[in-house]
Amino acid sequence: MNKGFQLFPEQASTLAAQVDYLYFFLIAVSLFFSVLIFFLIYVFAVRYRRKSEQEVPEQIPGLLKLEILWSVIPFLLCMVVFVWGATLYFDTYSPPKDALEYYVVGKQWMWHIQHPTGQREINELHVPTGQPIKLTMATEDVIHSFYIPAFRVKRDVVPGRYTSMWFEATKPGEYHLFCAEYCGTKHSQMRGRVVVMEPADYQNWLSGGVANEPLEVIGEKKFRQLACHTCHVDKPDARGPSLVGVFGEPVRLQNGQTVTVDETYIRESILNPNAKIAAGYRPVMPTFKGQIDEVGLLQITAYIKSLTKE
Amino acid sequence: MSEAAAVKDTPIEHAHQGFLKTYIFSTDHKMIAKQFLLLGLVMLMLGGGLVMLLRWQLAYPDKPLPLIGISETYMETGETETAMDRYWDEQFSKPEKEQSWIATRMPAGVISPNFYNTLFTMHATIMIFFVVMPILVGCFGNFLIPLMIGTRDMAFPVLNMLSFWVAVVSGVIILIGFFVPGGHAATGWTAYPPLSADPTWTGVDWGQNLWCFSLIFLGISSMMGSINYITTIINMRAPGMTFMRLPLTIWSLFIVAILLLLALPVLTSALAMLLFDRMAGTSFFNASGGGDPLLWQHLFWFFGHPEVYVLILPAMGIGSEILSVFSRKPIFGYHAMVYAMVSIAGLGWIVWGHHMFQSGMNPALGTTFMISTMVIAVPSAIKTFNWLGTLWGGNIQFTVPMLNALAFVSMFVIGGLSGIYMASTPVDIFIHDTYYIVAHIHYVVFGGSLFGIFAAITFWFPKMFGRMLGSKLGKIHFWITFAAFNCTFFPMHILGVGGHMRRIANPLQYEFLQQFEGLNIFITMSAFTLGMAQLIFIFNVFYSMFKGKKAEDNPWKANTVEWTAATPPPHGNFAEIPTIYHGPYEYNAPGIDEDYLPQTSQATIATDGNGKQ
Repeated sequence: MNKGFQLFPEQASTLAAQVDYLYFFLIAVSLFFSVLIFFLIYVFAVRYRRKSEQEVPEQIPGLLKLEILWSVIPFLLCMVVFVWGATLYFDTYSPPKDALEYYVVGKQWMWHIQHPTGQREINELHVPTGQPIKLTMATEDVIHSFYIPAFRVKRDVVPGRYTSMWFEATKPGEYHLFCAEYCGTKHSQMRGRVVVMEPADYQNWLSGGVANEPLEVIGEKKFRQLACHTCHVDKPDARGPSLVGVFGEPVRLQNGQTVTVDETYIRESILNPNAKIAAGYRPVMPTFKGQIDEVGLLQITAYIKSLTKE
Repeated sequence: MSEAAAVKDTPIEHAHQGFLKTYIFSTDHKMIAKQFLLLGLVMLMLGGGLVMLLRWQLAYPDKPLPLIGISETYMETGETETAMDRYWDEQFSKPEKEQSWIATRMPAGVISPNFYNTLFTMHATIMIFFVVMPILVGCFGNFLIPLMIGTRDMAFPVLNMLSFWVAVVSGVIILIGFFVPGGHAATGWTAYPPLSADPTWTGVDWGQNLWCFSLIFLGISSMMGSINYITTIINMRAPGMTFMRLPLTIWSLFIVAILLLLALPVLTSALAMLLFDRMAGTSFFNASGGGDPLLWQHLFWFFGHPEVYVLILPAMGIGSEILSVFSRKPIFGYHAMVYAMVSIAGLGWIVWGHHMFQSGMNPALGTTFMISTMVIAVPSAIKTFNWLGTLWGGNIQFTVPMLNALAFVSMFVIGGLSGIYMASTPVDIFIHDTYYIVAHIHYVVFGGSLFGIFAAITFWFPKMFGRMLGSKLGKIHFWITFAAFNCTFFPMHILGVGGHMRRIANPLQYEFLQQFEGLNIFITMSAFTLGMAQLIFIFNVFYSMFKGKKAEDNPWKANTVEWTAATPPPHGNFAEIPTIYHGPYEYNAPGIDEDYLPQTSQATIATDGNGKQ
């Protein structure tokens, strides 16, 4: 990875070049203004240096045109940066539909990663090129931040909620992976690597892995282990609602509101079941707080997502 | 208002007061200002000292410090060579509980990761809350407001004294934190929970509690001060001192007082909630108890962003003042300057989310924070170009205050422009929590506020202490500081874009950051030079205080009212409350023989002037 002095980390994702173009534009704008202002300060300092006490400086009346000029130009430039930046910003938040979903759990001071195919990794992330990857992330303890400089992506991982980000790697190679949010004594040791592989190599790597059970299968086991299936069955008189085909769909609540079933709703319903009860059911579900960790939650979520109506 | 009225009528002469009333529990705004200055300078040395240790660790990670660390011989052969070797030998033979303060934090002279975390936390806390705020707001707010608006003292002199002494209590609490078991706060000056909410995550227990208590006290002190400033400026201006005749320094302090009054209670309540979470088992910020860690970030930055303007606005006012005086020209666009400051302060309330772009907030919300942040560039640009307009065609004197004010303008330009990178979210997400941010904040708070402080101290020194500040040492200090400052902080932009994160104790453990080792050493050397140069300044201040040349009443031939008072001004400031006839920046006004026109002068300006009366 050592290739002499590099001003920037490598560009290794589809996003990297786009962020860098915006960055270069900003450099151009700020260089222009810095040079202009420093040049004027220097010129004025030399030209208008006091030569004698009697010298009377020019009286320069308030120049309204000039004042308008130097308000409007910065304003227009800002709006250009805003529109450009905002467009890119929305792109970074909208993963493509065909993105592969990986799950990440941060804790002091390591990253735990689960592939959709069941592989688990610690402080390493293997991904194929040319494939959008969506990371759904949670943390066991404090706030961490998942940062891959070469991809120009960074997202905080916040207790009590899922955050997500996506990227599409373009160049095979090894890249650094960090925690960017200060997270305690060994924060600087919370690091790892991202290995980007050609799709064929990635398939090889997957088949060489140990745990080859897909995530939803592990999730199903956990689902049974915690006896979730005793209530959540597809029968009319079940104590809990059936979970088949619910993911991504709206569900009516007892209080008349409607929520969409997503990762956060599933997580909340497991840890705090009485917060949002589906219409037609009684608040009989116990909390599973303390019996299941973030990794397990993500596995069960993957299982529920896999339950589609035939 | 009765108290304010009473102050106005205070007789100028009063019986001699004892030592305690004159120097310690003084209610005289000028003495309180000097007390704040002393507090600020002492804390400046402490905050600076902490960062020297921190820079050592970044340049030479896990190497023993010079002077106090163990020698190489001892490391290699185990033979004690120096006195420190024998000291460390003795320390290591004791059980951990009996080891000295230094041995638990820097065993063998090597900074431990925990202590490193304390260092960056306390450097920021001390510099922001105990250096820049006490000096710019506490010292110059106190000294200048009554003198520049032409009154005898603050509206509430006793509250004023109390405000200083509460600040001292707060300072003492923060110092005690260094000596409690478990060490001082180590969660960064932003103290994000859950890290800060539960001692198990950092191992710091009472240090963090004391940090909270100290800042709560400081918030109270600041609130007392700001109530005083606002009341005084609104009610006690001398006859003829309309709002549009106020010096820009007073405008800036007025706006800052309002910001402080509204922003600090938010921090105070957030700190109280954090203390409850830590000590009483509540769950304001604890997700598993139903709270939300992001709530803290919202509260903290709702305070924190206006706080940044608290640090920079007074420097803007002071810079404007000094540029006009030494260009011998009216400030360019006085009204625009006032409106620009008001709009910067106003916009400052709706931009806090730009500190949280990477926290996963909805982009629809993120873009509103983005646009409000971008728009701040406009008033900032107006101010910058108006400062240039002030220089344009002037008769410029390069005195020490002027040099510092010019440095303030140019460094603020860099700090301001690098702020736009943070407003454009996709770029911000990349550079967030890297050294780019460290570079930016230091260009604003050191390049902006601290050069503003140097400008202010050197400019008003004659009025404060009745003696001139040595200008030769002043210039030496300025040039070394200016060069070393840029050598220290400019390369941090390069580190940041290269992906160098902040708050990491050892950059060398990352392969791709090893290329920056040389740059880190260069930055550290520059930082040491920068630190040393401040000793020149401190020496100059204390030497000139007693041995400087006696100052005239108006050594800079400036217009504002404080220069018409005796030097140093007596208790009660003016023999007679002055009456104001002009704006503050009538230099070289048409029809006036002198090149300046004091605000109290009754001479009239020829009507073809620039209409800025």
